[in-house]
Amino acid sequence: MPDVNVTIDGVRVAVPVGTNVVDAARMVQTAIPVFCYHPRLKPAGMCRMCLVQIGTPKVDPATRQPVLDENGQPVIAMMPKLQTGCTTPVSEGMVVKTVTEEVAAAQKGVLEFLLTSHPLDCPVCDKGGECPLQNLTMQWGPGKSRFDYNDKVHFEKPVKLGDLIYLDRERCILCSRCVRFQDDIADDPVLGFDMRGRNWQIISKSEPGFDSKFSGNTTDICPVGALTSADFRFKARVWELESKPAVCTLCPVGCNVSLDMRHDELMRVMPRENAAVNDIWICDKGRFGHRFIASSDRLTTPLIRRNGTLQPATWEQALQLVAEKFAAVLSSSGPQAVGGIAAPRLSNEDLYTFQKFMRQLGSDNLDHRVGAPGAPVLDDLVADVGVGVGTDLNALGQGTTVIVVGADPEEEAPVYMLRLRAIAERGGHLVVANLRPTKLDRSATLRLRYGLNRDIAFARALLKAVHEQVAFQNLNARTQPG
Amino acid sequence: MALTEHVVMRELDIPGIGDFDIYRQHGGWDAYCVAVKEQTPAAVVAVVKEAGLRGRGGAGFPTGVKWGFLPKGVYPRYLLCNCDESEPGTFNNHQIIDNNPHQLVEGVAISAYAVEANTAYIYMRGEFAAAARTLEAAIARAYAEGLLGKNILGSGYDLDIHVHRGAGAYICGEETALMESLEGKIGQPRLKPPFPAVAGLYGKPTIINNVETLTNVPMILQKGVAWYRQFGTEKSPGTKCFSLSGHVNRPGNYEIPFGLPLRELIYSPEYGGGMRDNRPVKIIIPGGASAPWLTGDKLDVTLDYEALAGAGTMLGSGAVIVLNDTVQAPHLAYKMDEFFKHESCGKCTPCREGTHWLVKTLHRMTEEGHAYAEDIPTLHSIYGQMAGNCFCLLGESAVMPIKSALRLFPQEFEQLVTQNGNGQHNGKHPIALESVR
Ligand SMILES: Cc1cc2nc3c(=O)[nH]c(=O)nc-3n(C[C@H](O)[C@H](O)[C@H](O)COP(=O)(O)O)c2cc1C
Ligand code: SF4
Ligand code: SF4
Ligand code: FES
Repeated sequence: MPDVNVTIDGVRVAVPVGTNVVDAARMVQTAIPVFCYHPRLKPAGMCRMCLVQIGTPKVDPATRQPVLDENGQPVIAMMPKLQTGCTTPVSEGMVVKTVTEEVAAAQKGVLEFLLTSHPLDCPVCDKGGECPLQNLTMQWGPGKSRFDYNDKVHFEKPVKLGDLIYLDRERCILCSRCVRFQDDIADDPVLGFDMRGRNWQIISKSEPGFDSKFSGNTTDICPVGALTSADFRFKARVWELESKPAVCTLCPVGCNVSLDMRHDELMRVMPRENAAVNDIWICDKGRFGHRFIASSDRLTTPLIRRNGTLQPATWEQALQLVAEKFAAVLSSSGPQAVGGIAAPRLSNEDLYTFQKFMRQLGSDNLDHRVGAPGAPVLDDLVADVGVGVGTDLNALGQGTTVIVVGADPEEEAPVYMLRLRAIAERGGHLVVANLRPTKLDRSATLRLRYGLNRDIAFARALLKAVHEQVAFQNLNARTQPG
Repeated sequence: MALTEHVVMRELDIPGIGDFDIYRQHGGWDAYCVAVKEQTPAAVVAVVKEAGLRGRGGAGFPTGVKWGFLPKGVYPRYLLCNCDESEPGTFNNHQIIDNNPHQLVEGVAISAYAVEANTAYIYMRGEFAAAARTLEAAIARAYAEGLLGKNILGSGYDLDIHVHRGAGAYICGEETALMESLEGKIGQPRLKPPFPAVAGLYGKPTIINNVETLTNVPMILQKGVAWYRQFGTEKSPGTKCFSLSGHVNRPGNYEIPFGLPLRELIYSPEYGGGMRDNRPVKIIIPGGASAPWLTGDKLDVTLDYEALAGAGTMLGSGAVIVLNDTVQAPHLAYKMDEFFKHESCGKCTPCREGTHWLVKTLHRMTEEGHAYAEDIPTLHSIYGQMAGNCFCLLGESAVMPIKSALRLFPQEFEQLVTQNGNGQHNGKHPIALESVR
């Protein structure tokens, strides 16, 4: 895509066509404060936090040429009003000013306004410590409010939007990020607004409430502590937590997560950005399905069977025992007598380490597949023509065709549903073939149905057709005169 | 001197014009029949452009120019008639429908033909139930006469007109909020661009005009540009139905040519008939609640877009509210901003929070009798933080009452503060202690 040259606070930068002013400024390390804007969501222009001064080169109406000053530089016509950077796409020669008196006054004004209705209950708010409202107030806001504390609006707090998510309407700054996430990214349009003016408020429109497998993500993108999860409410202060990088094992997507620990205790699971896998999202299973870790039914130490009963042991003892057993088999029967089967949901790094270990022992007997012996091996096919090393899901869009066969991603690999939808949103073709409708059908550009147990046949027939088509084209190309 | 011939309020010239047959006998629907059978849409647009008709919904934008913004070759297109009429003090749209409904329906039909729309909606303020029934009957009659529907008069042109009643929200008069509401969504303004002419109702090119604007159109076509331009000024041609209210002897709608002095509208026996009890004029709000105020000494300003803009205010919806010296400016500002607070859609921060804060403060100062010296600079900065920063013009309009009051009558606010010095506290508003807050 062609680039557009813009000047932001005196710094020139070339950015792709269509970039908005907030994102263009980010590229030159200039932060324009935002609340309603989120890079993954369509801009709404509602909170008015990102107001900046914008000018464009003055054009002579007669010649349609830019007007130049005495130094040969284009004359810039600044717009009379401040503009929202999040909704303004850059244009050639645009000049943006983010640090002027007017801009500072507007930023301070918007923050003061937002805080007039805010309950200021940071000390008991779960978002405290990682709250954009707190942070932006520190940087851009007024030090003191002139609003009479008695005039604050009050709502019953909190209300349950659903079993998993609570809403505190006093803290909500009405940025609509949660609504737009549910509408546009998750395709579960279950949140909405009710009433108007100062009584405008978020509601759940579904029965049961907030019926979505992705609801937890709204607590991440909510720029205040209005949306909190039943799982983490009042569990810990965020500055007590230490984030440990991990990979979710609950489905084949392998979303990158961080396990937020207080000492040895897991307090919450958060998404960890990885464009190749989960972007910035995770599903509610991955986020909330972690209580088993602390379950009393779980093994917490290795057990060694002695005299027919399992007895607790230390890791040293257990590893020692395993090593001895391996050594015995290797010396009596050789390396071909041992083999390794790894769970398919391990991360690539874990699988790599595992095979390295087996090969160090001298064995190539390795497997990690699920399914019955003799079942067709589809992994190799996917490795050939599907998503592979280096595939950038965020870059897929127009000019891409994705075929989903016999899968129900929302159930089986939830975050893939978001990724596939996004590809279709960016103009890609999404072909969904299944024996029954799934939610992904709603985003599909083409839906195909086949009969029960016909998925492999369908895939083969499709490949055959593609193969023939390509062969035919090749043949045509070769027999074309000239 | 009152008009001998009206453009819009023709019930004054032709009694019973609200009856279809009488309307028809006086040339009603003729212009439409000629247009559909003999004129190209572009020719109709050209006439309206030449007549210099300007939108009566508030902005005064030239109607023919607006119609020219439609992207070529993109269909379907929609024509919307804005009958949300919620601006305080504005009540002429309702009267037009009560007295001269067929001319409005014909205006909608001609304009739809001009912009090549096959569907038109008349969006009515929710409370206008009786007016909606009147229009529905007028439209039904036009269908029965073969003036609407499929292949009208054998021309090949199809047109359907629907009446839609909103749920009663001022914001739904804003063009994009109106479209959201018409689409069944919550009535809130959309981001612009895209502008409605490019992507409006259902994402299609859409033209939206006020009731009074569209009611002008049949007469422009029927009587011609020269006839039309005999009224008004060069830049504000034609007539305007001013809704006169407040402390005048004869409040009501008066159709007058643009360019008449304000004094005449208020004092002429044909119009306002002077001030009640002969009290002096203190404040004039010349264009609905959204317009900046004028003081009573500005009676020589003429009622046209240019002169009112020159006086620092605007013609707006043509609602002229005239108030006498019994009115206290802070209280008036409170009442006006209470309206905007009530109608704020809540979408953007400055309007939602600013109107709330303004009203809380003004209520305390005027109704509860507790005004503090720091309230005055605070009020100035509240509207200052709103002005120019709102998502739509509703929030910008809410600035006007308080800004006008503070600018024109600062002493009345100071007086509230001094009066407060008598120790009459209600105990509801303790001052902040530095070490506590
Ligand atoms: C808050 C707000 C309320 C409005 N209400 C009305 C209304 O009730 N009727 C109307 O015709 N225009 C209203 N307008 C103006 C419309 O947005 C639009 O400009 C107008 O209908 C265009 O018609 P015109 O060109 O014929 O004036 C309103 C604008 C705003 C910002
Ligand atoms: S709940 Fe949070 S994300 Fe949703 S509108 Fe309120 S502040 Fe924004
Ligand atoms: S200014 Fe903002 S809150 Fe007010 S009506 Fe317009 S969009 Fe809604
Ligand atoms: S961030 Fe741009 S308006 Fe909210």
